[in-house]
Amino acid sequence: MAEPQPQHGKRSNGRVIAWCMAGVVGMFAFGFALVPLYDVFCEITGINGKTGGRYEAQVTNQVDANRTVTVQFLASNGPGMSWEFRPVTRSIKVHPGEPVTVNFYAENGSDQAMVGQAVPSLSPAEGTLYFHKTECFCFNQQPLEAGESTEMPLVFIVDPELPEHITKLTLSYTLYDQSQKAEVSGAAGAAKTTNNNG
Amino acid sequence: MRVHAKRAVALAAGLLSPAVVVADWTMNMTPGVTGTSNQIFSLHMTILWICVAIGVVVFGVMFWSIFAHRKSQGAKPANFHENTVVEILWTIIPFAILVAMAIPATATLVEMYDTTESEVDIKITGYQWRWQYEYINEDFGYFSSLSTPRDQIENRQAKGENYLLEVDNPLVIPVGKKVRFLLTANDVIHSWWVPEFGVKKDAIPGFINETWTRVDEPGIYRGQCTELCGKDHGFMPVVVEAVPEEEYNAWVAEQREAAEKERQLTQKDWTLEELMERGEKAYATACAACHQADGSGAPPAFPALKGSPIATGDMTAHIDIVVNGKSGTAMQAFGNQLSEVDLAAVITYERNAWGNNTGDMVTPKEIFDYKNQQ
Amino acid sequence: MSAVADTHSQEHHHGPAKGISRWLLTTNHKDIGSMYLMFSFAMFLLGGSMAMVIRAELFQPGLQIVQPEFFNQMTTMHGLIMVFGAVMPAFVGLANWMLPLMIGAPDMALPRMNNWSFWLLPCAFLILVSTLFMQGGAPNFGWTFYAPLSTTYGPPSTTFFIFAVHIMGVSSIMGAINVIATILNMRAPGMTLMKMPLFVWTWLITAFLLIAVMPVLAGVVTMMLMDINFGTSFFDASGGGDPVLFQHVFWFFGHPEVYIMILPAFGAISHIVAAFSRKPLFGYASMVYAVGAIALLSFVVWAHHMFTVGIPLAGQLFFMYATMLIAVPTGVKVFNWVTTMFRGSLSFEAPMLFAVAFIILFTIGGFSGLMLAIAPADFQYHDTYFVVAHFHYVLVPGAIFGIFASAYFWLPKWTGHMYDETLAKTHFWLSFIGMNLAFFPMHFLGLAGMPRRIPDYALQFADFNMVSSIGAFMFGVSQLLFLFIVVKCVRGGEKATAKPWDGAEGLEWTVPSPAPYHTFSTPPEVK
Repeated sequence: MAEPQPQHGKRSNGRVIAWCMAGVVGMFAFGFALVPLYDVFCEITGINGKTGGRYEAQVTNQVDANRTVTVQFLASNGPGMSWEFRPVTRSIKVHPGEPVTVNFYAENGSDQAMVGQAVPSLSPAEGTLYFHKTECFCFNQQPLEAGESTEMPLVFIVDPELPEHITKLTLSYTLYDQSQKAEVSGAAGAAKTTNNNG
Repeated sequence: MRVHAKRAVALAAGLLSPAVVVADWTMNMTPGVTGTSNQIFSLHMTILWICVAIGVVVFGVMFWSIFAHRKSQGAKPANFHENTVVEILWTIIPFAILVAMAIPATATLVEMYDTTESEVDIKITGYQWRWQYEYINEDFGYFSSLSTPRDQIENRQAKGENYLLEVDNPLVIPVGKKVRFLLTANDVIHSWWVPEFGVKKDAIPGFINETWTRVDEPGIYRGQCTELCGKDHGFMPVVVEAVPEEEYNAWVAEQREAAEKERQLTQKDWTLEELMERGEKAYATACAACHQADGSGAPPAFPALKGSPIATGDMTAHIDIVVNGKSGTAMQAFGNQLSEVDLAAVITYERNAWGNNTGDMVTPKEIFDYKNQQ
Repeated sequence: MSAVADTHSQEHHHGPAKGISRWLLTTNHKDIGSMYLMFSFAMFLLGGSMAMVIRAELFQPGLQIVQPEFFNQMTTMHGLIMVFGAVMPAFVGLANWMLPLMIGAPDMALPRMNNWSFWLLPCAFLILVSTLFMQGGAPNFGWTFYAPLSTTYGPPSTTFFIFAVHIMGVSSIMGAINVIATILNMRAPGMTLMKMPLFVWTWLITAFLLIAVMPVLAGVVTMMLMDINFGTSFFDASGGGDPVLFQHVFWFFGHPEVYIMILPAFGAISHIVAAFSRKPLFGYASMVYAVGAIALLSFVVWAHHMFTVGIPLAGQLFFMYATMLIAVPTGVKVFNWVTTMFRGSLSFEAPMLFAVAFIILFTIGGFSGLMLAIAPADFQYHDTYFVVAHFHYVLVPGAIFGIFASAYFWLPKWTGHMYDETLAKTHFWLSFIGMNLAFFPMHFLGLAGMPRRIPDYALQFADFNMVSSIGAFMFGVSQLLFLFIVVKCVRGGEKATAKPWDGAEGLEWTVPSPAPYHTFSTPPEVK
């Protein structure tokens, strides 16, 4: 690879520095770009188990009556969250394509008004793309007064395209205490805030 | 419980022999007691031997040179510095060896990822610094915490055989059945590992992971948390008891009954007399060893509770020290070891026994709320 | 180090300045190289002392010496200081000293930036080490600082840790730019890329890796900073974030980082093996391509650090295959070194002893790396002492022995004196035995089931832990001998000729020993 040697000069150093700095800035931006890229990648492939936002049910969804899929429900409290939180139905057998409603029970046993936010996670991850929520309490924050309890609905459809080998899906919600954040934004105990964490 | 004890004796006999043989100089991975662990062990040994063989050849050539090509022995240096054929060969041959390794590795991994058709589902939650096991189809669950006494850790007492690998409430699963584990965490990332199952999976807060096992042999299997999770990362072991199916079913039935009873007790409206009665029993089991049945303790290491400022003073401080312990002393955090009912009963008892007579009462619900607000 | 003025320079001052301003203000690559090396050795001793605390606690089961909270600070700081304070600066020091000499250049391309790059380091590490004395203690979440342990549950000093990482990152990036500019623009006429010495090649590639990944590290610690202080939720599930995202971004930096920590050693070892075999390096071209392949592959294997996190099957398989592939170019390099020795005329002075040990022991570390790459098996190895054994084998007899070999190889050039060969051989044997005693048993401990980052362990792990601690103490103490050897060599010893090693090749051996303060003011002709 014989080539004439460039003269040692400020201009060629300048060029190297410029290219390197462009690389540095580019890679720093890339690092931050990884955040939305990761989200997009996860949305497309469903790999981190985060089920998507609100699903618009198609009128022409076929129900596959020959196939049954078991859907299990789990509920956990985030750190410091003291509500009672559990699925009313632990597990249900569904036909892909048919909308199903289940409820989750939440009770604020403390002596203060609080706001909760549920975050879903689905396993196995490959099933995520095929689990559609048309209505979910995880789309919104849940304010509850002291001592108040409620049953929160989840309406979902399992897509008939769900891979054959998946016969059981487990949907887990973790309930976090967002009272502080809600207070700061002046929404404590008042209107529900639409939150696209679902 | 009796069935359990008989099984334990039988297990002990079976386990003690390998336990003695498990030398302190254990050098290799265990083949384990599941199909997965055995497959992993085979892979491990195969790769190991391939590496040893390659090492012997390569180092052999090197040691030969060190011996035969020394300047001090008159060796004259050759001048070659490339050989295309040789270089191509030693690129292609390792590549081929790698492909050969990748095939069984892929097969094993595919099987490890197949969580379908499970017969038992258990939710495992990692907390700082203990595990919670919930049998999701059976409506009961419990915490599993390290039961090695502090005295052993701090070198005041001789260490027991299962030092740091023993818990109060092990996970119980049936032998021969596919058990699916659903993992999550409450606070930071933990990781659940049982070497003899070949099972390890991270427990990530806010997310659910799944893995599975099918244990072939009954026994007690011990593992540990394998993701740094804070100060007591090394003190939250995993203990699993694999028992025959009938025994498992009997155990599950017992647990469901007990959980139902405990739920009723937690919810019910307790009177002071009822709490005192229960509290006296709980105190005798959990506290009297250090604080004495008459509350006089053995100061300064074990303060007296009779007439103590904590037992007669601020309620919250009293609850705090029983639930969270006192660091730097022998007073453990009983919040993980006693039920809400027992905690409420014991504290109520301490505040009223031996002439303390505060008239105070703590309900299980109040304990539950206190623990959750921390 | 050298105070001999370059007699034919007209435009420059005569010789170095006097006193402390010489060191504060120098733009001379030899001075700066020396400062990097001295700083690195000081950090090596500091990080090593922390390792001594760790091994002292692990000498026996039970908690004897420190509490778990402090133990976690020791493991974290030991890792951070060794990676960022010892290994990386040492290689930059070697680059500073040797790159201009090897390519026939008078200095680095950007001498003033060079000075800043160095002085940022003591500032960064002052901040980092001071966290030990802050309330809440030093960072205690491992050198890999996973969220949310490091974000939601980290001590107050975490913000200072982030600041120190940023400063040190700027230093590395500036250093890398300098290396690239120097190598691309200042080679002597006739030195084409494929005539460059291998140390120059490996540093060129390392510099590109640094440019590519240090900014990603800066990004991830900035995200951490924002999660901790500004209410964002990059890594917090409650706000819609994901702790696993942290691991992806961190290891995207982290994996190329470990190649940053070894490639310069590969280059130096190539010089040393050829010199002491009195034979040209075998397969120069394939060595260059192999380093390039390793560098490229290093970008697509990061998730092999995350096999137990719950990545879907297809992802696991991809990362397993890509990681296994790295064994091919690495193997090529090992074969080339061995073939360089084969039918050579070998002698075993200290540099060669370290180089031979490097080849054998780094290869053993490579084998355990291959085992770790097998994803199903990794479920049993991950986060156990098997991993600790692996990376200490590639870092200690790998990077560190590579640095010792280079130091002994080039000390005569730097100081003008031969070091004491007997003492140096003693240092080698003590280090070799100590290191193997310390780290080989860790393979067994990991296979037997001992997890990482624990201050206390079950009884079946006691015996190997005791052996390991003894080896570690031995290794640690031996490094004081190295300090003695270097100081003794600086102050005096048998006079060194321009080329004290008869098998050595390269422009650096054409200048006197010690190398004059200014060299190659007029570029040499390279045939």
